[in-house]
Amino acid sequence: MLDIYGVEVSSRLLLGTARYPSPKVMADAVRAARTEIITVSLRRESAGGKAGAAFLDLIVGLGVRVLPNTAGCHSAREAIVTAQMAREVFDTNWIKLEVIGHHDTLQPDVFELVEAARTLCDDGFEVFPYTTDDLVVAEHLVEAGCQVLMPWCAPIGSAMGPVDLPALRAMRAHFPDMPLIVDAGLGRPSHAAAVMELGYDAVLLNTAVAMAGDPVAMATAFADAVDAGRIAFGAGLLEPRDMAVPSTPVIGKAVFS
Amino acid sequence: MRTVIVNGEEKTVNASTLDQLLDLLDHEARWVATAVNGELIRRSDRKGCMLADGDSVEILSPMQGG
Repeated sequence: MLDIYGVEVSSRLLLGTARYPSPKVMADAVRAARTEIITVSLRRESAGGKAGAAFLDLIVGLGVRVLPNTAGCHSAREAIVTAQMAREVFDTNWIKLEVIGHHDTLQPDVFELVEAARTLCDDGFEVFPYTTDDLVVAEHLVEAGCQVLMPWCAPIGSAMGPVDLPALRAMRAHFPDMPLIVDAGLGRPSHAAAVMELGYDAVLLNTAVAMAGDPVAMATAFADAVDAGRIAFGAGLLEPRDMAVPSTPVIGKAVFS
Repeated sequence: MRTVIVNGEEKTVNASTLDQLLDLLDHEARWVATAVNGELIRRSDRKGCMLADGDSVEILSPMQGG
C-alpha cells in the first residue's frame, strides 16, 4: 500500500480527467485504470452554467478520491487563491500545486512554487508539488512542508517519457522514504513501467490515456504497466553488464575432443 | 446598480452583495467558489460581502483537469 498524507491507496496510477472524447469515456477510463485518485480543476463558470455541477456529480459517482490542481497559474499568488477556492469546492486539503513558468515547455516556476508551497502547507494544505527533478528545489519543497514530490519526467503532454533517468534515479536515492510520483511527460505504458522499476511510488498521467485512439484500453495498459514496474522493482532487477554471462550452467557440460 | 467585473466581463448589476450577485446570475451557489479582488470569499461570508463599483469577482466551478 502507498501512504500519501496518511491515506493508504493500493493503486499507483493517478489519472487526469481532461481531454477525453466524452464524459462517459473518461469515466470508463478511470475504472479501467483501477485508479483511486483523479485530478480535477476549476474554471470560470458562465452565468446560469451547470457544467461544473454536472462534472462534480460525475466524479462523485466514480467513488474515487479527488486531487484538485492549480493548472494554469503563473504566480504563487494565483496558485494560492486557486488552491483556497478548490478547497472550498472539493472539500479536501489535497492540492496538486502547479505554477507554470514557461509557455513553451510548461515547466514549473520553481521559485514561485516553493513560495506557494510554504504558504499552503502553513495553511493546512497537503501539497503535491509539480516540480522538476532538481534536488535543490526538492529539498526546499520538503523544507516548506511537502510530504510528497511530483517530478516531471518530460514536459507536460510531450509523451517523450523519461528523458533523464539518472536524474530520476538520483532523486529516488536522495529521498528514499518520500512518496515520489512521476507527473507529466509519460507517453507509453513502457515509460510508466520504466519509472516504476526505478522505485517510484506512483505515476500521474492524463494526455497519454485521454488522447489515445482507445482511451479505455490505454488506461488498462497503463495500469498493467504500472503494476508490472512496481512488482519488478520489488523483485530485484538485474544490473546491466558489459559482457555476456551464460544462462545455462556450464558445470557437467559434455566435452568432445 | 453597480458595475463589477465578473469572470473578466464588465457587468452592471442590481446586487449589493456577493450572495445576491450569484442569485442574479443563476449560479449554483453550493458548487462554485468565489473570490473578490483576488481574495477568497467563503460560502458563509458571501451574504456579508458588499460589492463596490469596479470590484473584480471570480466565480469558479469544477471542471476536468490533468
